[in-house]
Amino acid sequence: MQLIINGQTKDVDVEAEMPLLWVLRDVLNLTGTKFGCGVSACGACTVLVDGVAMRSCSVPASSVAGASITTIEAQTMPDTLQSRVQAAWIAHQVPQCGYCQSGQIMAAVALLSENQAPSDADIDAAMSNICRCGTYGRVRAAIHSLKTV
Amino acid sequence: MVMITRRKLMVGAALAGGGVLLGYAMAPFSTIDRARKLAAGDGALLVTWVRITPDNRVTVIVPHSEMGQGVHTAMPMMLAEELDADWALVGMEQAPADMAFANGPLGKGYLGLADPSIPKFLTGLTDFGARKAAEFLNVQSTGGSTSVRFTGVVGMRRAGAAARWMLVQAAAKSWNVAVDEITTKDSRLFHTASGKSASYGEMASFAADFDPPANLPLKDPENYTIVGAPKARFDIPAKVDGSAIYGVDMRLPGMMFAAVKACPVFGGKLKNFDAKMVQNRRGIKSVYGIGDNAVAVVADNSWRAQQALAALPIEWDEGANAAHNSVAIFAGMQAALDKGDFDSDYDFGDAEAAANAAPKQIEAIYQVPWLAHATMEPMNCTAHFSGGRLDIWGGFQDGLAARVRAAGISGLPLEMVTLHHTAMGGGFGRRGSTLNYMDQAILLAMQLDFPVNVIWSREEDMTQDYYRNASVAKMRAGLDATGRPVGWQQDYTEKREPEDATWLPYAIADRRARVVSGTDPIPFGAWRSVAHTQHGFFIESFIDELAHAAGRDPLEYRRDLLADAPDHKLVLEAAAQMSGWAMPAPMGRARGIAIRQSFGTIVAQVAEISVDQEGKARVHKVWCAVDPGEVVNPDTFVAQMESGIIYGLTAALYGEISILKGRVVEQNFPDYEMIRQADAPVIEVKLMPSGRPTGGAGEPGTPPISAAVANAVFALTKQRIRSLPLRRHDLRGGIEQAKAS
Repeated sequence: MQLIINGQTKDVDVEAEMPLLWVLRDVLNLTGTKFGCGVSACGACTVLVDGVAMRSCSVPASSVAGASITTIEAQTMPDTLQSRVQAAWIAHQVPQCGYCQSGQIMAAVALLSENQAPSDADIDAAMSNICRCGTYGRVRAAIHSLKTV
Repeated sequence: MVMITRRKLMVGAALAGGGVLLGYAMAPFSTIDRARKLAAGDGALLVTWVRITPDNRVTVIVPHSEMGQGVHTAMPMMLAEELDADWALVGMEQAPADMAFANGPLGKGYLGLADPSIPKFLTGLTDFGARKAAEFLNVQSTGGSTSVRFTGVVGMRRAGAAARWMLVQAAAKSWNVAVDEITTKDSRLFHTASGKSASYGEMASFAADFDPPANLPLKDPENYTIVGAPKARFDIPAKVDGSAIYGVDMRLPGMMFAAVKACPVFGGKLKNFDAKMVQNRRGIKSVYGIGDNAVAVVADNSWRAQQALAALPIEWDEGANAAHNSVAIFAGMQAALDKGDFDSDYDFGDAEAAANAAPKQIEAIYQVPWLAHATMEPMNCTAHFSGGRLDIWGGFQDGLAARVRAAGISGLPLEMVTLHHTAMGGGFGRRGSTLNYMDQAILLAMQLDFPVNVIWSREEDMTQDYYRNASVAKMRAGLDATGRPVGWQQDYTEKREPEDATWLPYAIADRRARVVSGTDPIPFGAWRSVAHTQHGFFIESFIDELAHAAGRDPLEYRRDLLADAPDHKLVLEAAAQMSGWAMPAPMGRARGIAIRQSFGTIVAQVAEISVDQEGKARVHKVWCAVDPGEVVNPDTFVAQMESGIIYGLTAALYGEISILKGRVVEQNFPDYEMIRQADAPVIEVKLMPSGRPTGGAGEPGTPPISAAVANAVFALTKQRIRSLPLRRHDLRGGIEQAKAS
């Protein structure tokens, strides 16, 4: 099947039901997307599929063939939303162990692309990813700092 | 190799390409003879290195592991401060897992270069300290919140001062001027009278010739320019673009992936498995037994390995532990406390008689369950056995001890084992000395002729952990005619480190703590702040009970009892003031307070809560005041308080591992829930460094929070929470009672 990842088309020969997470990590060696729970409960594996945040551990690769998949490794221009989110994450010194942050960042990109000025309630609803280091306050502050209206 | 003699504190070696490499040789102990022998051995130990290269870059080599607690930045800050380095030119490397980098200062820190805050009941400390030194001199432990306060204070600072001294000597000689006419700033040397100046990098090659004296003076903290100012952490940029390599991300030529299952009953054995059933699946290499209790499926990717493992018929010999269950274990703990085969923790005066003589006695039984670490990155380890050599890759809190263990597991001599550190997706104690996943990777790799990355499923991670122990505590005290507590008694199950976790800060003359052992058959492992988690809950909840029984405000009550502990009192008052304690909480909410000293740091917290329509507590805000003695990187310190609070709050509200048929019931995040963004309180932290001996950062935020929340629940509902987690309690009835009264 063909997957379009960060703008590049990749031919992969895998089972139709193999989750996108493992295709990214173990077949394409894009290891920035993390494995946390395997049951869509923690969000560490969050990627964008046509701009929508999805938990790649529970998305069969065949179901997103032909869609535009964006991961944390996307080479972004300085002014794109993803690069601005990443810069805000540094400015707010968000990550601790950092393992969940690829997923947090992709979830934040999805939120901010839909909603340029999310409220606290919007953030609560969109950012359900688990962070065991408890960086939630900094995640919230970093997202608020990116409000554009 | 640089030869070290015991007379030298700091030694230098010229680098082949110019510049200098400086090693810090541990000074012999001067006060405690036994420790001196332990520490000195055949010569001093090298504990810290710093490299200064001709491009004027300073590279600090840190013998501790980064798990997000900021140690890879805080240690270089401490060294760079004494060196007068330009922070923009400072970098770091993690020390290899080699004896030359064992963190001896850790042992020395325990030896007390006496922390005056260490409670008096521990003053049989010489032996304790020497024992600790023996344990720690051979390790690179990142735990016990020790890195900054021991390696940093004893090692990094002195190394920085010695390196600066050597550079100054080199400049004085090269310019033919007096040593005391040379000044240093921003990685440069200056001689004002002659107008000469040079960078550290230019002078570094000459510095190696000078042997610095022991006991160089350190800077007055008033003159700090790096320490105490917030610095961006070195490890963060790679954690926002996916480039940081964690253990699960290891990829090597020819590497395959393994999914593993161990006997779900602790202590059970692998009896049989039927490899035929999965061997012909796509991508499967083969199926292997590991040791006597686990089985691994090796495949070309993780998913194929996991799917095959799930389909693999496995027979276990569950053994004697298959009968264990939570209810029976807790009943056994109660019975053991009733039977009373105690060891004494501390015992001053006659606590029992004092309580009995008082007009009123209060008694309560508290209980906490087992807890899993649940690091975001499941346990994993990559191993490759080739040509008689073993290479290991992963995140380790104590690389050197892991390497020593790996040699034991593989039967190889230590020098044939190399350990490579990766980034670590959470530690919290799990990646310290409990290395069942590493053992598996080694035993599997030794059956293979290619590298293998063993990655646990979340379910395996949850059920094969080493857990924060369950514990029951019987608390008892009397109240005298004025309501003051007399005769404090704590009987509890299972003593865990640190030794002083039951310490009581309050001025109660007659007091004792006693422990019964052997009540908890579940594998134990250090869990962020270790025994302080349960004792923080027991002690700070019970003192709150006493305050209410005496009809006193819980803040005032504690404050009166801290008259002889002025540092604690200041921190307690600060937390109360931040929270607006004197004013009532907003409608429908209440506040609770708790204070705990752990790992040298005093932390007081006020939690403000409400109870929702389903009877569950919601924590809206936490105010946290903290005196860690000194603060190296303030932003990191605040982050560690935030982190410790959320970690402890997850335990307080949700955390419960339960045992049925000898195995762990909870499997994954849906049934071992975590605090998430929507439940996370707003946290406000006030740093109050008092100049006391430097305390830890990683753990001390955790111990007070469960009691602060439970005390707030009582303030709101008059329902006293004596067992965790809170989700087990329906708080609706309590609210109605509170309204009625």
